[in-house]
Amino acid sequence: MMAVEAVHTQEIVAGHPEHHDMEPIRSLGFWIYLMSDLVLFAALFATYVVLSRNFAGGPTGKDLFDLSFVLIETMLLLCSSAAYGLTMTAMPAGNARQAMVGLTLTLLLGLGFVSMELREFTQLISEGAGPQRSAFLSAFFTLVGTHGAHVTCGLVWLAVMLFQVATKGLTAPVMGRLTRLGMFWHFLDVVWIGVFSVVYLMGVW
Amino acid sequence: MRETQPDGGRAGAALARAYLTGFCLSLLLTAAPFVAVMTGALSPGATVFCVFAAAALQMVVQLRYFLHVDASRAMHWNLMSLLFTFFIVFLFVGGSIWIMHSLHYRM
Repeated sequence: MMAVEAVHTQEIVAGHPEHHDMEPIRSLGFWIYLMSDLVLFAALFATYVVLSRNFAGGPTGKDLFDLSFVLIETMLLLCSSAAYGLTMTAMPAGNARQAMVGLTLTLLLGLGFVSMELREFTQLISEGAGPQRSAFLSAFFTLVGTHGAHVTCGLVWLAVMLFQVATKGLTAPVMGRLTRLGMFWHFLDVVWIGVFSVVYLMGVW
Repeated sequence: MRETQPDGGRAGAALARAYLTGFCLSLLLTAAPFVAVMTGALSPGATVFCVFAAAALQMVVQLRYFLHVDASRAMHWNLMSLLFTFFIVFLFVGGSIWIMHSLHYRM
């Protein structure tokens, strides 16, 4: 207890508030989480590639996937990732209004992406091409669904940060969270490059 | 706060340039494989190569311009952990495909 207090006092005397030193560490910690998520997605990609020809007499990717639909989905996610740039560029200048515009745009484009994906899933299931139809479809729904679930979590986080910027402004802790949300959102777009290339383009081709 | 404004503006402008470059390159690298597959203009081998080369390049572009991963000191551990993860992913995906393909062949 005494030691902790001593360290704390020293920090205050030295004029280094804790959060200044902690921000890069927090971002690196979050990066390590993203890397573990990458390993999770790699396992799902490997599963998909191994099972991608096991149609069990059911529909193939060629029968099911509509590439122009996937292209629009891809554009929505790419634009939402770029729109987050508005939030990132607003931070050094302390422009809270621009940060909120960026967050709102990202949220709306991400919402468009998730609703398109949900539409695709419900359509597939109603056509009898649900996850129980074949090993190919089980692997497809697991991989694409896991990515979609991540994006949905990102949407909740975006909404929370929009609220925080509106109420607290661009304080140091809020900016740290915005930086990590940006890492998360851009990371999901990088994973989607793998999804549209391996699942959709190779599935139709 | 007011003193940091001009510096903040310059940092913001550099960041904006990075995002714009990344966005334009990503658009090109998304359009190319979709066009190749949808029109079927290339030979089968060239189409597969185009899809995977564009995907790999776009991942590098987004890591560089959106996630700001580079060889700088500040990003050293991010880069190291990323390269280590790529190694794990290579073992994971490559190993699974290899062993399952071989099993399929033998059965």
